Amino acid sequence: MTTVLAADWAYWQETLVKVGLGLVAVLLLTGAVVYMYLFKFVSFMQSRLGPMEAGPYGSMQLLAEVGKWLQKEDIFTENSDRIVFGLAPAIVMSSTFLMFVVIPAGPNAVISDLGTGIYYVLAMSSIATIGILSAGWASANKYSLMGGLRAAGQLIAYELPLVLAVVGVVIQVGSLNLQDIVHAQSDGAIFGWSGIGNPFILTQFVGFLIFLIAVQAELTQSPFDMPIAESELVGGYQVEYTGIRFLVFFIAEFATAVGFAAVASTLFLGGWALPADWASASTMHWLGPIVISAKAVLLVGVVFWVRFSLPRFREDQLQQLAWKFLIPVALLNIVVTGILKVAF
Amino acid sequence: MTSVTDRQKLQYIAAQAADARVNVELETEGMTLNLGPQHPATHGTLRIIAQLDGEQVVHAEPVAGYMHRGYEKLTEVRTYPQITTLVNRIDWLGSFANEVPFILAAEQLMEVEAPERAMWIRTILFELSRISNLILFLGDMGVQLGAVTPVFFAFRDREFVLDQIEAATGGRFHPNFDRIGGLKDDLPKGWLESTKGSMDKVREFCDQIEDLLLGSEIFQARTRGIGIVPADVAMQYGLSGANARASGIDWDIRRDNCIGLAYPELDWKVWKHTDGDSFARFWVRIQEVREAAKMVDQLCDGLPAGPVMAKVPRIIKVPAGEAYVATENPLGEMGYYIVSEGELTPFRVKIRSASFSNMSITPWLLRGVYVPDIITILGSLYFILGDIDR
Amino acid sequence: MTNDASVTEAAPAEEVATDETREARLATISESLGEMLVDSHIATGRDIWVRVSTDAWGAVADVVRNRLGLRYFGFLSVIDWMPSPYGRSMDSEVDIVLADAAPSDEATSSDEASDTGFNRGVTGGETRFQAFARVSHVGDPGDFWGLTIKADIPDETLAIDTWTNVYAGADWHEREAWEMFGIQFTGHPGLRNIYLPTDFEGNPMRKDFPLLARMVKPWPGIVDVEPLPTISDGAEEGDQ
Repeated sequence: MTTVLAADWAYWQETLVKVGLGLVAVLLLTGAVVYMYLFKFVSFMQSRLGPMEAGPYGSMQLLAEVGKWLQKEDIFTENSDRIVFGLAPAIVMSSTFLMFVVIPAGPNAVISDLGTGIYYVLAMSSIATIGILSAGWASANKYSLMGGLRAAGQLIAYELPLVLAVVGVVIQVGSLNLQDIVHAQSDGAIFGWSGIGNPFILTQFVGFLIFLIAVQAELTQSPFDMPIAESELVGGYQVEYTGIRFLVFFIAEFATAVGFAAVASTLFLGGWALPADWASASTMHWLGPIVISAKAVLLVGVVFWVRFSLPRFREDQLQQLAWKFLIPVALLNIVVTGILKVAF
Repeated sequence: MTSVTDRQKLQYIAAQAADARVNVELETEGMTLNLGPQHPATHGTLRIIAQLDGEQVVHAEPVAGYMHRGYEKLTEVRTYPQITTLVNRIDWLGSFANEVPFILAAEQLMEVEAPERAMWIRTILFELSRISNLILFLGDMGVQLGAVTPVFFAFRDREFVLDQIEAATGGRFHPNFDRIGGLKDDLPKGWLESTKGSMDKVREFCDQIEDLLLGSEIFQARTRGIGIVPADVAMQYGLSGANARASGIDWDIRRDNCIGLAYPELDWKVWKHTDGDSFARFWVRIQEVREAAKMVDQLCDGLPAGPVMAKVPRIIKVPAGEAYVATENPLGEMGYYIVSEGELTPFRVKIRSASFSNMSITPWLLRGVYVPDIITILGSLYFILGDIDR
Repeated sequence: MTNDASVTEAAPAEEVATDETREARLATISESLGEMLVDSHIATGRDIWVRVSTDAWGAVADVVRNRLGLRYFGFLSVIDWMPSPYGRSMDSEVDIVLADAAPSDEATSSDEASDTGFNRGVTGGETRFQAFARVSHVGDPGDFWGLTIKADIPDETLAIDTWTNVYAGADWHEREAWEMFGIQFTGHPGLRNIYLPTDFEGNPMRKDFPLLARMVKPWPGIVDVEPLPTISDGAEEGDQ
C-alpha cells in the first residue's frame, strides 16, 4: 500500500491507515453481504420482497437496524457474570477482525504479511469459541448455556477438518504465507497447461468442499446452527443480549462469514490475483481488492444459499459428520496430495 | 395387530437401555429446562417442563391451560346457533371443520337432515379447511427443524385455499357458515372452477415440499426413528387422525363412520404408514393433502343441484337426548357429545378435541429423547393450542 | 392393505341391518359385563350406551378393552345432572322473548319434562354426578364401532375408580374431570391441575358454579346500547 500511495510514512501512520482502511473495507463488505443476501436474496428465495421502505429497494434498511439497536437499552440480567457477559461480544468481534490482518487484497495490500499466514487465520478464528462459550456461560440462562456448550463442541470439532482441508493446499504450495499461495495459483500450471494458472479449486476440489462445509459449521449457519437454533434454544448464547452487544454479535457473525469467504477464495479461487498474465501487476493494485471482494461475496452467497435451504442437523449427527466423515476424507486428501506432490 | 416392525422395536428398546446405562455410569446432575409458555416451537402457549440429563430428557411434563377458555361451560348458556361461533375458535387453522361435527350432532338429535347439496358443499369446505390447516403444518415442520424457507411457501400457497373459503363463506379463518339443517348460503358463481384451479396450486406445493423437505437427507435423519408410537400405545392414548394412521392403524372416520358428509360417494384412499415415527406422521399428512385436493376436485365436478337449507323451525330447540358425532378433522378425531334436555341451550357439551388426546402421549413419548427431538416430536404430533385448551 | 372408501357400505340403506348389528353387539356386551351392567340404550342406526354400576367402573374398563376389543380410548368426562340454578343468565329482551315463545312450539317435550322430573340422559341415573367415557374399536376397516359407558358417582364420596391402569390416555381426561367437577379418581397417579391455576378455588364445570362473565355483565349487547358520553357530561366531570 505504501508503494501505491508513494508516500514516506512512519510505521504508526502506515499502520493506522491500513487498519482504518481495513475496517472500512470489512464493514462495507459485511453491510453489502447482509443487504444482498440476508435481506434480498433470501427474500426472493422465500417468495417475498424483503425490506422495501428504507431507501431505494430498502437499501438503507441496515442503517435503520443499526440505529435501532444502538438506541436499545443495554440489559444485564440479574444473575449474569457482568464482566464476562460484557466482554464476550468484544472477544468474538476481535477474533473476527484479527482474521483479516493477513488476508491479502493486492500485491501489497495486506496489513501484515505474516509467514505463518493461514495458520494465523485459523488460530484467530478459533478465539471466537472462547467468546461464545463465555457468552453462553455468563448469561445465567439455561438456553444460553446449552447454546454455548453446543457451540464449543461444534467449533472445536469443525476446527479439525478446516485445518486438514488447508493442509492439502499448503502441501501443493510449500508455504503457509497467503501471498505465496496466491502467487502459486496465478503462476501455476495444471499438468503443464498454464492458461488459467492453477486455482486450487480444481486440483484441491475435495479440500475445497470440506473447507466450505467446515466453514458453514464454524459460522454456525444452518444446517449446523444448533448453537443458535431459534426453534429449540430460541437463539442460544445470544438469548440475553440486546442493543449494542447483540449488534456486535451480529456484525461479527457476518464479518466472519466474509472473512472465511475471503480465506476460501484466497486458498482455492486464486485470491486477489487473476490467472497467469490476464492483467498487469500495476493494474492489480486497484483491481485486486475488487477481485477478492467479488470472489468472497460470491462464496458468502453459497453459504447463505445453503443456510436457507436445509434443515438443521442434530448435535450428535453433526459430530458424526465431522469425526466419521469429514476428518477421514480430509486425511485421505492429504495423503493423496502428498503422494502426487512427490510423484510429479 | 402390530404395526411397528420388530426390528424397529428392538432398536428402540436397545437405544433406551444403552441410554439408561450411560446415565448410571456418569452420574450427572440433572437440570430442569422450561420450554414455554413463550417458546417458538410450542406455537401457542404450551409449556413443557423437561428434566434433562445433559441434553437427554429424563422426564417431561406438558403444562396446558394458558389459553383455556372454558368452552364447555360457555356452551351451556348459548343457543345452538350461537355455539358454532365459539367452536370455530377451537382449531383456528381449520375452523370450518370444527363446526361440522357439532352441527351434525345437533341435526342428529333434531332428526333433521341437510339437503344433499348442502352435504356436498360441507364436504368441500371441510376438505378445504383440512388443506389450509395441513399446508401450514407441512411448512411449519421445516421451521421446527431449522429450514425456514418452506414455511413461506406454505403461507403463500395457503392463501389460494383461504381465498376460496373466504369467497364462499365471507370469513378467512372463522367462517361460521354451517347451520343446523344446511348452510347459510349457496356457493358464489364461478367458485367451483376457481377452487379447482387452487387445487392445482396445492398439488404443486406438495411437490415442492417433497423436494425441499421430505427428500432431504437431513430431514430424514432428523425425523426417522424419532418419537416412535406403536399402534397399541397410540390407541390407548387416543391418538387419532394422521398420528394414528402413521402408527399403522387403519382407521379413518371419513371412511369408517361417515355421518352426513359426502365421502362415501368419492373415490379416495386412506393412507397409512407402518413406522409410527415423526417421518411417517409427516409423510401421511402430505398424502392427505394430496388426497384432499383430489376429493375437492371430485366434489366440485359432481356437486348436485338443489336447495342448501332444509326446513327447520325458526327457533331451534333440540329435543331431549344424547348424541356423539365425531368427524375426521385435520388434527384427528373431533367429536361433540351433546346432552340436550329439550331447551334452547344444550345441557352439557363435551368437546372431544383431537390435540388434547394427541398431546397426552407426550410424557410417555418424550422420555429419553434429546432436546432437539422434543421439537421434532411436538412438531410432528401437530397440535393447535386452542384444540388442547378449548 | 388400504381400502377404497367406495367399498364402504352406505349407511342409510341398511338401517335395519345396522340396528341388528347393534343388538348383537349389545348382547355380547351384556354377556361380558354380566351383573355390572345396569342399563343400556340403543339409538337405532346410531350408537350404543351402557350404564354400569359404580363399583364396577374400573373393572369395566378392563373388560371392554381386553375382552370386547374396544382398544381405542376416545374420552372420559363427567356430567353434572343438577339443573343450573342460574338458568341461562338471560337478560336481554331477545332472550326473554325466545324463552317465552319457545314452550308453545313444542309443548309435548316440556310436558314430559315436567311430568318425569328431570331427564337424566338416555340410560338414566340416580346421583348428581355421572362419569361417562367413550371407547371404540378401530383398526378394522368396515368394523368400526363405539360405545359410551356411564356410571353414577356416589354423592357422599364423589369418588370413582381410575381408568389409567387400563387406558393410559385417561390420565389427562381424569385430571380435567377432577379439577372441573371435583371428582376423585381412586388410584390415579397424580391428580394435579391441568388447566386451572393451582390456587383456583371451586369446580368451574359444576352447574352451581356461576359463570361470572354473565353475572358481571348482562348478555348480550348491553354494551352496544350504552349511551355515549356527551360533551356537557365531560365538561361537568372536568369541573368536579
